[in-house]
Amino acid sequence: MHGFDEANIKKNKFEIVVIGGSAGSFPVVSRMLEKLNPAFKLPIVMCLHRLKDKREGFKEALEIKSVLPVVEPNDKDLIEPGKVFIAPANYHLLIETKERFGLATTELIQYSRPSIDVLFDSCADVFMDKALSIVLSGANKDGAFGVKRIKKKGGFVMVQDLEECSMTTMPEAAINAAKPDMILPSMKILEYLNCL
Amino acid sequence: MFPSYNDFETEIEPEELRKLTDAVLTKYGYDFGNYAQSSFKRRVIVVLRKHGIKSMDVLIQKIIHDPIFFEQFIHDITVNTTEMFRDPTFFKALKTLVFPVLNTRSEFNIWHSACSTGEEVVSLAILLKEENLLHRAKVYATDINHSVLKKAESGRFPLRNLDLYTQNYNNTDPKGKLSDYYKIVDNEIVFHRELIEHVRFKHHDLAVDHQFFKFDLILCRNVMIYFNQKLQNRVFELLHASLFLNGFLALGAKESLIWCKIADKFESVSDHEKIYKKVKL
Ligand SMILES: C[S@@+](CC[C@H](N)C(=O)[O-])C[C@H]1O[C@@H](n2cnc3c(N)ncnc32)[C@H](O)[C@@H]1O
Repeated sequence: MHGFDEANIKKNKFEIVVIGGSAGSFPVVSRMLEKLNPAFKLPIVMCLHRLKDKREGFKEALEIKSVLPVVEPNDKDLIEPGKVFIAPANYHLLIETKERFGLATTELIQYSRPSIDVLFDSCADVFMDKALSIVLSGANKDGAFGVKRIKKKGGFVMVQDLEECSMTTMPEAAINAAKPDMILPSMKILEYLNCL
Repeated sequence: MFPSYNDFETEIEPEELRKLTDAVLTKYGYDFGNYAQSSFKRRVIVVLRKHGIKSMDVLIQKIIHDPIFFEQFIHDITVNTTEMFRDPTFFKALKTLVFPVLNTRSEFNIWHSACSTGEEVVSLAILLKEENLLHRAKVYATDINHSVLKKAESGRFPLRNLDLYTQNYNNTDPKGKLSDYYKIVDNEIVFHRELIEHVRFKHHDLAVDHQFFKFDLILCRNVMIYFNQKLQNRVFELLHASLFLNGFLALGAKESLIWCKIADKFESVSDHEKIYKKVKL
């Protein structure tokens, strides 16, 4: 039992899941990746801000509990299912085409590189209404413009329930910028993903 | 201030980008048509906002009628971020994997093929000097952007980056101290002339220009991420043609040649540091 109204679940509609978060999102993501259905069939792409002194070992730390391999893509690497991609430290991660990633070292956006806005905006351009975006706990407004673009192109926006967030600036900004399709606690978001 | 995405509501459609790149190509011979679309679009948005330009047509008119504005446009469109000893482990790998091979030659040629403001050039020169190889090196440093080339020729870098550069240098397993190689003058780090006096700085556009020399080592780092695959393939052909057999090619930390058409003509020397060797003609 997943507790969702079947009608609310857009099975087979999405082609990609993009996730953004900063302060407070690491344990949430880690837990989601632990509980994810190992047969999950959409590529998952994440932009998580990291502290300057915690650049190394981030991927490894996420991978410990994850049911899927966690990969920091190189430029033009394939976007494929069965993997969780995370933006490498100090690079913007972009969706270049439906098949391939791009990277950039252009200026910080919202004090951040990687920036969630950059990932989501490029994802909206390429995947349009096939994109499912998720904004988690965070301490700045990165991601708000991104979800607005996702919405504008017909994509889906989920935001972590503020009650559960250790930092609410980011999810709040996202809620204000785009009327999210769903606001849910992280384990409910996960259930939703597992039903897709 | 950092540009904030929330500020730009500027929307650009692919056809408009095409109009822009066509106009630039026709008027000035620069071809941005095969830059990676996702990041190129964002560069154009930055330019529009910087000058308060509201539409693509206005931008195109300004570019066509104002060559000085166009130079500025090139400067803003190209991403010039660089630092000394960027990825110190890469420079360490050059020393252990590539220098011994160079050392077997009485003379060798090096090309920094998107050198930006020259930090990479001075970094390598310092390491070559420490291994007593510098006087044997013939070095070319090229870029598409005239203004960064001018800076590179000066051998001067902003003082604010000194701590980072010193730290990076110290992580390359160096023989000396970075301070052996520079003076501080007027808030700038001024490197000793001998490190770059032998370097030929030259305008070269990877998107349209051709081979001009043959090299033992080519550094082409952190520029191809801004190109789409079609242009990347062109550049790999050009770099391949510009290398002697068994010559080395170094890419940026997040770049790789596995997706290029002529990948089989190279062999990996260090997967992690993105150093390759031309093994087939
Ligand atoms: C990010 S910098 C890389 C500098 C240095 N190689 C490094 O890794 O630190 C990229 C440089 O590529 C140059 N560039 C962009 N397009 C180019 C082209 N078509 N031909 C030659 N250089 C180009 C830019 O002007 C910029 O200076």
